[in-house]
Amino acid sequence: MKRVLMFLPVVLVVVLGVVLFAGIGKDPNRLESALLGKPVPPFSLASLRDADQTLGPDVFRGQVSLLNVWGTWCPACRDEHDDLLWLARQKGVRIVGLNYKDNRDDALKWLSTLGDPYALNIFDPRGTLGFDLGVYGAPETYFIDPEGIIRYRHVGVVNQKVWDEKFQPLMEEYGESGS
Amino acid sequence: MMPTVRACLMMVLVLSSAMAAAQSRDVYQFDTERMEQRFQTLTAELRCPKCQNQNIADSNAPISEDMRNEVYRMMRNGASDREITEALVARFGEFVRYKPEVNQRTILLWVSPALMVTIGLLVVVFTVRRSGRKTANDDVLTDEERARAARLLNDRDENGSSS
Repeated sequence: MKRVLMFLPVVLVVVLGVVLFAGIGKDPNRLESALLGKPVPPFSLASLRDADQTLGPDVFRGQVSLLNVWGTWCPACRDEHDDLLWLARQKGVRIVGLNYKDNRDDALKWLSTLGDPYALNIFDPRGTLGFDLGVYGAPETYFIDPEGIIRYRHVGVVNQKVWDEKFQPLMEEYGESGS
Repeated sequence: MMPTVRACLMMVLVLSSAMAAAQSRDVYQFDTERMEQRFQTLTAELRCPKCQNQNIADSNAPISEDMRNEVYRMMRNGASDREITEALVARFGEFVRYKPEVNQRTILLWVSPALMVTIGLLVVVFTVRRSGRKTANDDVLTDEERARAARLLNDRDENGSSS
């Protein structure tokens, strides 16, 4: 009995080691969305290009979309812009933009100078839809299935690696056409 | 010269932080002391998803401001503390709770401190008891052992004096 007890500290240390080791390499800033498996929250916001056009959750019906949260104030959004263009043009991915806490003129100028990868843009100057989505920084990109259900959230820039590892497999799972 | 400059800098720092604190308090109007108290408690118990080691009361992140606004708005509309917390958890996840709910996933978190203290106490109790038993046993020597001990002690004395 005493012998067994003697090894108890060793066992404890090993268990602690395994637990701590599992945490290494995990980025604590990447939180899982609380909305996974849930529909896009209801909203009624203007289109960025056309202030008179009102958009709602039905823009996500019928086909797979990426919902990309961006703003001209966000340097990382500039970084990922070229990759979004590549996705839209080369891969034919439908990207819905959520122009978050931004200024309409700035946003339109950004799209005309840098190119427009978005099928359409939701204009959210006060960040209300962003808030309901649990957006806590830009850029964030959501994978939304044809039913309008959120399947995945990526915090940070989307690049080819992220596409290959995260979004491409989802595309194969939920999209009919794939890439 | 230098101390004066430093003193001035300190003044500026202290004043600016005091002003920042005052500003954030002035943003919201409260009808009663109790309501303000509730707001302070709630915002202190909610964690900022962006700057993860701060609560939303202390954080300057835009998202914390949004969250404070939402807490305030819901409070004005008569929502309970629980409803407010749950509305934010629904958006940002369990993560925003500084005080996680007791459930299957968090039970270990809640009981482990008590568990550790209990284990520690048990170890202490066992150790004390065992050492107590040992000394009690040591006191009891048979006559034979006593004689042997005396012999050994005498031997050592003799050896010690001779060297």
